[in-house]
Amino acid sequence: MAFSFRRKSAIPGFGLALGYTIAYLGLIVLLPLAALVLRAAEVGPSGLYTLVTDPRVLGALRTSFGLALLAAATNAVFGMIVAWVLVRYRFPGRGLVDAAVDLPFALPTAVAGIALAALYAPNGWIGSLFEPYGIKIAFTPLGIYIALVFIGLPFIVRTVQPVIAECDREIEEASATLGANRWQTVFRVVLPPLTPALLTGFALAFARGVGEYGSIIFIAGNIPYISEIAPLLIVIKLEEYDYAGATAIATVMLVVAFAILLAINLVQAWSRRRLGHA
Amino acid sequence: MPDASTILQQNAHVAGGGTTAGTTRRRAPVTGEGPVARAVLIGVAIAFLSLFLLLPLVVVFVEALRAGAGAYVAALTEPDAVAAIQLTLMVAAIAVPLNLVFGVAAAWAVAKFEFPGKSFLVSLIDLPFSVSPVVAGLVYVLLFGAQGLFGGWMRENGVEIIFAVPGIVLATVFVTFPFIARELIPLMEEQGTGDEEVAMTLGASGLQTFWRVTLPNIRFALLYGVLLCNARAMGEFGAVAVVSGKIRGYTTTMPLHVEILYNEYNSVAAFAVASVLALLALVTLVAKVFLESRYSDELAARSH
Repeated sequence: MAFSFRRKSAIPGFGLALGYTIAYLGLIVLLPLAALVLRAAEVGPSGLYTLVTDPRVLGALRTSFGLALLAAATNAVFGMIVAWVLVRYRFPGRGLVDAAVDLPFALPTAVAGIALAALYAPNGWIGSLFEPYGIKIAFTPLGIYIALVFIGLPFIVRTVQPVIAECDREIEEASATLGANRWQTVFRVVLPPLTPALLTGFALAFARGVGEYGSIIFIAGNIPYISEIAPLLIVIKLEEYDYAGATAIATVMLVVAFAILLAINLVQAWSRRRLGHA
Repeated sequence: MPDASTILQQNAHVAGGGTTAGTTRRRAPVTGEGPVARAVLIGVAIAFLSLFLLLPLVVVFVEALRAGAGAYVAALTEPDAVAAIQLTLMVAAIAVPLNLVFGVAAAWAVAKFEFPGKSFLVSLIDLPFSVSPVVAGLVYVLLFGAQGLFGGWMRENGVEIIFAVPGIVLATVFVTFPFIARELIPLMEEQGTGDEEVAMTLGASGLQTFWRVTLPNIRFALLYGVLLCNARAMGEFGAVAVVSGKIRGYTTTMPLHVEILYNEYNSVAAFAVASVLALLALVTLVAKVFLESRYSDELAARSH
């Protein structure tokens, strides 16, 4: 009776599987998130506003959101090129390059963090190349940007790649037959249908960048107002037992995460309607 | 999903466009870029990936071995490092099976049945991916911490979750929650319910159908999901950092141990422990390539 709303099926186990799924989801994910909402409600809207508009908090949010946006934009360009090269061209080592794209997914963030810090520090392999020109990368916002580019790349490549693979080559032939040169074909025929996938990948990379912690804190320098990210400020507030302050920052980040999730779903629904695929 | 024949066509196409330049001067194919544009694009892609992906990986091993093999081995066999390795293995050994059972149950419900609110449920399953790891840790502190919702009850009953191993396990389960379900749902949706219906018609019980029909169909995707889940479980940093309290030798997982060593300017030891985690990542990537080729064959074979 409880699950009579499903369509008739000969396959068993629906009640058990769905019941277990919802119970486990509720216990592990929804109950803890509800604790955050509850805590935020206790603090109240005006209290949250005061906490979030504290200059140091605003500075951290600006650093996290601004640099995540910049890194996602960088990855949109280079991720697109990588995806295109991997799908359309055959060259020695292509399989290796394809596998390497997933490295940021597989490499623990703390490992990436100390490796990037070592590379870009003033005495590191890359940092020492820039040092003579007075350019500091590690321990500045530029370092945070580098870490975010590292973390975000696979999101763009892996969402765009399958869509490029599905592209119908006959449309490109038609475009060429009708007199378009290759650039016109690429920018007017090939790229427009890739936009939804690119936007999805961009949103995923951005969302990941905003919340990223492990790969950043080693390279950031963590100077308040300059290179302090929002997740780090949550950790600092928690260490000071300032639960309300931590909750306020987390609430802003959670609301943005939900908004991004919603935006991705809308983009995909729109692309299904417009183009017949997600 | 490109099947073998389109890939062969692409290869033939590329070969036709690229190798005839020496004999007869042919124009670039109309559906491809000219050789210069192609070389530039490949060059840019490889340069970008080498700079951002390859170099950080190489530097981990170089820094780890900077003081020689003796220091490397010493860093890994020192008691706190051994405790961190043991704790990491234990946390993964609890978190991965929990999410495995959940992933199979969720995929079974979502992929084999139609019900209202399904896409909302799938969005909720994906939710932990969009939550910052630090926030994932924070929500458990708000539940079980000293000033948390259940904090008073836990103090009275002597239950410790935050700054103890149970909190580390919970935070890890949270951040690795969607991995296995994510791999299984699209595959099982694609496979449909035909095989199971045949098995049931032939008299198999529900359990027999699952073990003998469904499980063999999804085994590679399942294994891949487990690998990804495990890699993240062993490597999680932000969520675990918030709930662990970093009590050396007791609540430090390998990534936290790396942080402590690095902050103590013990760079060689930090990179030595990090190199073990980097090796784990490499093994995961190799296994991914292998498993993906196996299960895309499986998918291709089924759709023809």
